[in-house]
Amino acid sequence: MGESVIAAEARDLVKDFDGKRAVDGVSLTVPEGSITGILGPNGAGKTTCLRMMLGIIDPSSGSRLLLGHDRPLEVAGEVGYLPEERGLYPAMLSAEAIAFMGALRGLPIAEGRRRAIALLKERGHEDWAKKPIRTLSKGMAQTVQLLGTIVHKPRLIVLDEPFAGLDALNQEKLEQLIRDQSAAGVTVIFSTHVIAHAERLCERVAIIAEGKSAFEGAVDEARSRLRPIVHLRTRAEDGPWQSALPPSAKKVGGEWRFELPEGGPEPLLKALIDGNAGIETLSIERPGLHDAFIAIAGEAAAREMGHVSAEAEAA
Amino acid sequence: MKLPETIRAAFVIARRDFTATVLSKTFLFFLLGPLFPIALGFIFGGIGAQVERNAAPATVVVVSSPADFAQLNAARNRLSPLATERPLVALHRVDPEPDADAQRQRLLTSADEPVLGVLEGGLFSPHFTGAVTADGRTVQQMKLFVDEARQHQAMPLTPGLPISVTLTRSSSGSVAFARNLTARAGQTILFVLTILLAGMLLSQLIEEKSNKVIEVLAAAVPVDAIFLGKLFAMLAMSLVGITVWTSAGAAAVAIYAKGGLGALPPPAVGWPAFLFFILLYFSMSYLLIGATFLGIGAQASTVREVQTLSMPVTMSQVILFGLASLGVGKPNSAEAIGAAIFPLSSPFAMVARAAEQEALWPHVLALAWQVLWVAIILKLASAIFRRSVLKSGPGWRWPWQRRKAA
Repeated sequence: MGESVIAAEARDLVKDFDGKRAVDGVSLTVPEGSITGILGPNGAGKTTCLRMMLGIIDPSSGSRLLLGHDRPLEVAGEVGYLPEERGLYPAMLSAEAIAFMGALRGLPIAEGRRRAIALLKERGHEDWAKKPIRTLSKGMAQTVQLLGTIVHKPRLIVLDEPFAGLDALNQEKLEQLIRDQSAAGVTVIFSTHVIAHAERLCERVAIIAEGKSAFEGAVDEARSRLRPIVHLRTRAEDGPWQSALPPSAKKVGGEWRFELPEGGPEPLLKALIDGNAGIETLSIERPGLHDAFIAIAGEAAAREMGHVSAEAEAA
Repeated sequence: MKLPETIRAAFVIARRDFTATVLSKTFLFFLLGPLFPIALGFIFGGIGAQVERNAAPATVVVVSSPADFAQLNAARNRLSPLATERPLVALHRVDPEPDADAQRQRLLTSADEPVLGVLEGGLFSPHFTGAVTADGRTVQQMKLFVDEARQHQAMPLTPGLPISVTLTRSSSGSVAFARNLTARAGQTILFVLTILLAGMLLSQLIEEKSNKVIEVLAAAVPVDAIFLGKLFAMLAMSLVGITVWTSAGAAAVAIYAKGGLGALPPPAVGWPAFLFFILLYFSMSYLLIGATFLGIGAQASTVREVQTLSMPVTMSQVILFGLASLGVGKPNSAEAIGAAIFPLSSPFAMVARAAEQEALWPHVLALAWQVLWVAIILKLASAIFRRSVLKSGPGWRWPWQRRKAA
């Protein structure tokens, strides 16, 4: 992989609110054209980080670069932003709202209206164009705001908890929209506390817990922090073969679980066969992002996000 | 962000706010707003007119012999039933004195009886002296009395005006009085318009805050542009209102007032320039006070808080008006100059100056000064907004809070 261009970068961002530290030294690098997820439980500081990156608020210390500019509002025309708390004028017509959001970022209003109609039509929502926002459902209004985020064809899209409040169908549509934007060369950053979305979409993740950077890098890199997990079920309850299991091996529901030893599966297999363990099932699982998240951010952070490990669940 | 970009962004916000306001149904009520006090004015004006009709009529003193007066008074009494709208001028006779000038002067300044004028010369060469208009109602009535008396006596009608009239010429004092009146009227108009319209800016950011649109705006444009846009929108909306009200007012003046604006006391810079200055100073007053209110109102997060702020804010406007009115009638006094220098009262003070002083250069200076202060106040308001509402940078603290924190 050649040297990539950086779309957004944060270095040691710190933010204090009324003497309380909300973000404590977060760093983040987002290569151009990538999809990057910012993971963390509620209150971890994800939104504050995004707001600092976008220039809505200034950091107490640290630096940021957005599309090469240290004053993010200077490149506002090339950035799209969907805030966590969705905000639209209730009396505005949908197409007008989309065009207005484009106009804020430098798109001529007439062109914005034309594109708004086209975007709605592409999604089969042309009948929404003349409807005031207040007459739309929450999900529809969210779609309108999302279209307003991309109407000016930005180079970078920042989505704060974009899946929150959407039903399964709309979540799928949103995932597709993110993929389409990425395929068109647009850099996407989104925050979420649902790891599955990040796992399906992201090439890179940043894990934030209690205002601090816990991890930042490629999804594979996060996964590779954990050894693969071995799931073993034997007919024999005990025997000398057990000495071949690593000390961390735990029996959960009649099944042995442990990290694959450094030496690989072969010595283990030999010991099981020689010791007449009677292998019923043996599988080696590559750890998922949520396992990596638990390992990196800790059980408490995972619990806040609604993700717990099987061991913790069993306990 | 460069200034043109801020201006561009401000216009995007202004256009949204302007159309959202002007195209709403409630804007019609806004335009009709001034009709309510006008309607009240008509009601109370009607009562006032009724009171005036029922009040004792004005008196003209006739300096003549009893015989001439009897004929004149009889003529008046014959014409009286025809005057249904207002009672005719009352006549009161005095004997001629040797020094006619002194007697006339004494009668006109008499404190015993409100005397509108003095008629001398009998029916043959009548001469009226008084503070009236040459072709006004009083002179017309006196003409009728004399004509009627002559016809009744079978006397020949005199061609041309039967009465010669002497009017007092305008003095420097009357001009000063007229300009003073215009200055106060100008200030009052400015004050009323500002107090009516600028107060609305207090609640301008509540909509964005409650709809969470503020986050979308703040991520796309500088806070300065948001404030400027809101200010432009409300100024434009106010100017639409003022245009409608002024047009309606001008039409009313054209229909009901004889001589239109020409009949009003003229300001020192002349009517066209004065009206232009009123428009400019209204805009400046609106921008200055509006920017302050916008900044104050932006700190409020609920409508209730805005309502609570309304009272002190209105009172502060009254104080500004009071400050500016101290200098009316003495444009070069310390009070007038002080009011012109203090940014928030400057537009009020300068409107008064336009009515009283002919020089134009102080206005150029004052307008530049006011524009500078609009920029300063907006910058300050947006900085406070960023710190205290968006929580960007170290939060705003009062000096005693800073000491405590330290």
